[in-house]
Amino acid sequence: MMSELVLAQGEPVEGPTPQTPPGRHGSRAAIIWRTLRTNARFWVGASLLAVLIVWAIAGPFLWPWRSVDQDTDWLLAPPMAGHWFGTDELGHDVYAQVMSGLGISLTVGFIGGLLATALAAVIGAFAGYIGGAGDAIITWMVNLLLVIPTFFILIICYPFFRGSSYWIIALFFGLTGWMITSQVIRAQTRALRERDYVRAARFMGFPPFTVVRRHIIPNVASLLIVDAALGIGGVILAETTLSIFGFGIQPPAVSLGGLIFDGSSSATTRPWLFMFPGFTLVAILFSLNLLGDALRDAIDPTSGANRG
Amino acid sequence: MAEPLLSVRNLSVTFPNRSGDVHAVRGVSYDIAEGEFFGIVGESGSGKSVSSLAIMGLLPDNARLSGEIRFGGRDLLELDDRQLSGIRGHDIAIVFQDPLSALTPVYTVGDQIAEAVRIHDRAVSRQAATARAVDLLRIVGIPDPVRRASSFPHEFSGGMRQRVMIAMAIANNPRLIIADEPTTALDVTIQAQILEVLEKARAITGAAVSLITHDLGVIAGHADRVGVMYAGRLVELGTATEVFHAPTMPYTIGLLRSVPNIRTAGSERLVSLAGRPPSLGALPRGCPFADRCPLAIEVCRQVEPPLVPPTAAGAAAHPAACHRADEIASGKIGRAEVFPVADAIPASARVPRGAEPVLSVRGLKRHFPLLGGGLLRRPVGTVRAVDGVSFEVAPGRTFALVGESGCGKTTTVLEVMELAKPQEGEIRVEGTDVATLGRVERRTLRADIQMVFQDAAAAVDPRLPVGDVIAEPLLAQRMPRADRDARVAELLELVGLDRGMAERYPHEFSGGQRQRIGIARGLATRPKILVLDEPVSALDVSVQAGIINLLEDLKVELGLAMVFVAHDLAIVRQIADEVGVMYLGRIIEQGPIAEVFGTPRHPYTQALMSAAPIPDPAIERTRERIVLEGDLPSPAQRIDGCRFRTRCPLYRILDADARALCDGVDPELEPHGDARVACHHVDRNPLVVA
Repeated sequence: MMSELVLAQGEPVEGPTPQTPPGRHGSRAAIIWRTLRTNARFWVGASLLAVLIVWAIAGPFLWPWRSVDQDTDWLLAPPMAGHWFGTDELGHDVYAQVMSGLGISLTVGFIGGLLATALAAVIGAFAGYIGGAGDAIITWMVNLLLVIPTFFILIICYPFFRGSSYWIIALFFGLTGWMITSQVIRAQTRALRERDYVRAARFMGFPPFTVVRRHIIPNVASLLIVDAALGIGGVILAETTLSIFGFGIQPPAVSLGGLIFDGSSSATTRPWLFMFPGFTLVAILFSLNLLGDALRDAIDPTSGANRG
Repeated sequence: MAEPLLSVRNLSVTFPNRSGDVHAVRGVSYDIAEGEFFGIVGESGSGKSVSSLAIMGLLPDNARLSGEIRFGGRDLLELDDRQLSGIRGHDIAIVFQDPLSALTPVYTVGDQIAEAVRIHDRAVSRQAATARAVDLLRIVGIPDPVRRASSFPHEFSGGMRQRVMIAMAIANNPRLIIADEPTTALDVTIQAQILEVLEKARAITGAAVSLITHDLGVIAGHADRVGVMYAGRLVELGTATEVFHAPTMPYTIGLLRSVPNIRTAGSERLVSLAGRPPSLGALPRGCPFADRCPLAIEVCRQVEPPLVPPTAAGAAAHPAACHRADEIASGKIGRAEVFPVADAIPASARVPRGAEPVLSVRGLKRHFPLLGGGLLRRPVGTVRAVDGVSFEVAPGRTFALVGESGCGKTTTVLEVMELAKPQEGEIRVEGTDVATLGRVERRTLRADIQMVFQDAAAAVDPRLPVGDVIAEPLLAQRMPRADRDARVAELLELVGLDRGMAERYPHEFSGGQRQRIGIARGLATRPKILVLDEPVSALDVSVQAGIINLLEDLKVELGLAMVFVAHDLAIVRQIADEVGVMYLGRIIEQGPIAEVFGTPRHPYTQALMSAAPIPDPAIERTRERIVLEGDLPSPAQRIDGCRFRTRCPLYRILDADARALCDGVDPELEPHGDARVACHHVDRNPLVVA
């Protein structure tokens, strides 16, 4: 039927129109994927992140040293043939430590950051959309959580998860980091709720959950993507603070944040202790930003890259 | 002829832009004589506002201007900002479209007017300036000016704010008042008031007025001479009579025939101009109107025609920018034949009356509690937005609700669309009382009643491709994917769009196309009832006609019942079969369109009709208007008896006995002729609509 798209006269849009199989048009998901696919930043970001993940998972198997091993022959050695990233004052191989820390930090960061953003989106959008008493109760609880210091909650809860794995730390960050974003999402949702297209969806008979999923979340997506990208980086760094106070990830396990903190005191004299974990963290954040940008452009048809 | 007051010669304005220069105004020349009323008419993006802001030196810094603007012996383009400031507000004053953003919210209006006086004459004392401000407010018809001078802008209604703007404009007895769409944001009855104030201001100060508008009707009644702008150029320039009665440029001809006229609307179809104005960033070679012009010949696509009087028709002809102006002016091409008009819908195609109503509304009420600001938010009053509205719509018929903003017409249809039990009253769709519906039944019933919104840009999700937007109601009805896709393609063609457009996002479409998308979505489930809330009011005139024609066709082809909410009476007369005129939450006159608009009986209907501008200078100038006093009262205010009596022109001429009835008894709709009217004194109403 229609393999060629004919434009009506005076049609305002220019540029190539992607081809679709006859009789059907691409839905939102398909179009977003197609836009992503043509975006160089998406591929750079995704490859970089993939390399980091593969490195964290497979790298340790290809390296003689483990993060806990000590090479007493070489203390504080600069980068060299047997220790690519050098060693620290106890003879730990920095390359092995970075790989191990990268795995832990990625896990904690992704689980914590994405969980926080997801909670913020769902809770904020629902509070804003339903309004009335439900909204008042949710907002009241959010405010309550905001005034209780996160650290205080941690101290109270710590006895229950002492010694358990870093997964718990990740969950903890997810469960305590969503409140402020959720309030922003709630405010935006309240504005969106008055839009005619949301009203139109209601008049078509969609239940609230579907309206939120189809119309509210995509329209606050730019904010959510930025929040997630920042959130993942933020959790990786925040975990360091916890470690310093003796809560987060404890030796012999290492995290990127912990390595950076330990190395920063001697950053000028023994830069390898600080630089290698530091650059790895920068690489994570860089890939996240590229991915976030590309995703935002794909979801928001009016954002910079698509405006031309 | 004496030296003109303002003489614009070859004015061009260009905005540099990353993707190429935007030529907003391209070589415009015109004169305005002392005390003249000059009208500039054009659609959005035609350069009409930019050319006038250039006179005031109010364009952004990156605008590149060339040409000459001579005013009072000086070229305004050569003055610096400080010199211009001496002229702005003193010799040339401007009235903007949006009076809310043109007034500073933190100063009282009296102070703002006094400031306008003192800034040009420091010798005036503060007291004298304040006294002058009060005088000016009195001139523009602000009641109780002494007290109101110390009110803040937000305490005024839109119409009152526009009066304040006019007061400020005439504060220094300017020689030229530029009014940029001064009535676009206002209701018709308020628009009529403001235009009168503008005429009065002109009479008092002797200033010339340059009125910029998209509304041909507004220009027709007031302007001495009219300039028509298209794509940054003046394309026709002449006296109002010449331009309206003997238009020569095909664009003007099309524009005049695309607006319905309240007197004749409905008798024939509107001319719909195909396409849209060219982008000012990438103008085609030749005449910018060539692509939309049925008369275009080869030369039109090569050379842009100059604005000159056609030679063949003698010296009397007025200038028009068209290669074929000679043929049009001399009558070789009949003006009526320039644009083909589709045949009027045959009366036989219309569904006969008497069919079972698909939608019936009885005594519908919607009151909103007005909450106090305190901690407990106690109700302090009630906004009676809809207060007992009843109507029925039969298949294939269109029922229109008209009224000014705030009369409750939109609330009424939104309440119907909820398909829930109303606060009071009864809503029946196809005979089913919606209050009795369960969740699933209600969803199923929604397939039969769909809505089209006023602002098409706001009514479609910007993040959804158009195909998904149109498929949404089908998704809600759980139609399988493959069927949805087929239906979307069908719908796009039905509303005159290309089926390949399904994958584009809404922002890639023009306003008219977006409204077509909204209509396609409304028709997706093959509803029996389509509810349209001001579907054309946000569109340019030439695009409006296309949408109205489309709706007329759909009504006949699909046998749709339509509920049409609008404030424009001419459009309502064009499309509706029956009409209900709403005022403060009530229908005050209801009946067949020909009856209500042919012999309006309620004083409010009469005033509305009288305020609706007619795009014909001969009629406009001889009309006796019934101008309503004041603004629409707040629906929170409780008015005993007839709620229209506070503004009623009939009430004012009645004797005390007759008034007592209005004061004490709220009139019900009573049959008069074929219509029903809620007025106690229909029989002794001497008001006639001219």
